[in-house]
Amino acid sequence: MSLTGLITELSKGMLTSVEIFTLTLVFSLPLGLFVAFGRMSKNLIIRNIFRIYISIMRGTPLILQLMVVYFGPFYIFKIPLSYAYRFQAVIIGFVLNYAAYFAEIYRGGIESISVGQYEAAKVLGYSKSQTFVRIVFPQVIKRILPSVTNEVITLIKDTSLAFVISVMEMFTMAKAFASAQTSMVPYIVAGIFYYVFNFIVASTMEWFEKKLSYFQ
Amino acid sequence: MKLLEIKNLKKSFGDLNVIKDISLSVDQGEVLSIIGPSGSGKSTLLRCATLLETIDSGELVYVGEHAVKTDENGCAVYAPPQDLKRIQRYFGLVFQNFNLFPHFSVIRNVTDALITVQKKSKEEAYEIGRNFLRKMGLLDKENAYPYQLSGGQQQRVSIARALALNPKVLFFDEPTSALDPELTGEILRVIKDLAAEHMTMVIVTHEMSFARDVSNHVIFMDGGVIVEQGCPDQVINNPQNGRTKAFLSRFEN
Ligand SMILES: Nc1ncnc2c1ncn2[C@@H]1O[C@H](COP(=O)(O)OP(=O)(O)OP(=O)(O)O)[C@@H](O)[C@H]1O
Ligand SMILES: [Mg+2]
Repeated sequence: MSLTGLITELSKGMLTSVEIFTLTLVFSLPLGLFVAFGRMSKNLIIRNIFRIYISIMRGTPLILQLMVVYFGPFYIFKIPLSYAYRFQAVIIGFVLNYAAYFAEIYRGGIESISVGQYEAAKVLGYSKSQTFVRIVFPQVIKRILPSVTNEVITLIKDTSLAFVISVMEMFTMAKAFASAQTSMVPYIVAGIFYYVFNFIVASTMEWFEKKLSYFQ
Repeated sequence: MKLLEIKNLKKSFGDLNVIKDISLSVDQGEVLSIIGPSGSGKSTLLRCATLLETIDSGELVYVGEHAVKTDENGCAVYAPPQDLKRIQRYFGLVFQNFNLFPHFSVIRNVTDALITVQKKSKEEAYEIGRNFLRKMGLLDKENAYPYQLSGGQQQRVSIARALALNPKVLFFDEPTSALDPELTGEILRVIKDLAAEHMTMVIVTHEMSFARDVSNHVIFMDGGVIVEQGCPDQVINNPQNGRTKAFLSRFEN
């Protein structure tokens, strides 16, 4: 295969990687906030359920979680595995895992806001939801952005774990080409792709951080 | 007319009785100062009055409307939420450490509650907001963010923010304690101006000469009770109670 052919093929894999990346963020960022609320619930049972969830998600390898999500329905319920489910399983696995990490980041951010902010809002007549949306959350976003950036960059690299259930993202393809051609080139090209992807994402996050530097 | 009445207020944190049966009232246009040693319960009293703290028993009445009643068992019963929401609009609170919203510009700090809570139009809210900023001498700072202001300026913004909602009673909890000494004067002057306009205020302060100049009535608290009260000249210049005397002697020089 020519180098251009390789690049064209890997670009297709890259699209899948970008898809995994985007879908994971779109679902796990809001789900993470929900999990954070659960983790901070006044109800002891709810709080502990979310605590255990987070602890399992963070305490076991993502690669193993992907296997469980993909093969679980088959081993446990004898549901036949369709081809389409591969990709869905990857998204489900990533979303569940990243939501747990994001939840802890949100929680840290929310807990770092001083009670004075809540009290000022209360005396001014804000409702609880208005206080969260208008006063607390914007400040939380600014504080957690550096940690979120870390996770997001890790996510780019983690998308390659989808190879474990043979989803045709870039790493899976690079691996296949490399062994077919007994060549390092596919890995090098894939590495460059990942690096560029990372660079774009990191620059975007940096731009966000700048946008939020108008207050302290 | 009585704007605020507190009757037999009791509040404890666990085993610690912080407010032991305090009653007081504030008339329209009156300035009440509360003085007393650290830990005597002044902030707690203010926080109970502004519904930041839940009281154990007693009554809290704003403009004739009960925010809190006491049932036959002596337990505090709060009015339903929609009533509390209305009663909440009768008072404002200025905090010791300002508690401005750091992500809002000065003008948004002052106007956001008008728009979000009182549902005023942006134009109307900004007009009100600018009026109060002008009054506080901060009109040129409306687009600044809190971190760009001095402590004194931040406190003036927080006073403008409270005044913009048009409260009937304004509470201050040590409004100058977080400020450098050279900045306390500007805040005390602002409060004196408000007193001259007959704004009803309840002020917890350690500034004795200020309390004497600005208030109609002074309460000396110690150990969760009112030890002595009266006109400022009487309480601050001629205290009768030994504890008041001991406390005030620390401020003489
Ligand atoms: N949330 C709380 N939980 C437990 N104890 C509290 C709480 N808030 C206040 N206290 C206690 O209540 C007592 C009175 O505190 P308060 O803050 O009302 O005093 P203060 O008169 O305002 O003192 P200062 O002049 O230092 O501000 C103190 O002993 C304090 O430790
Ligand atoms: Mg205090």
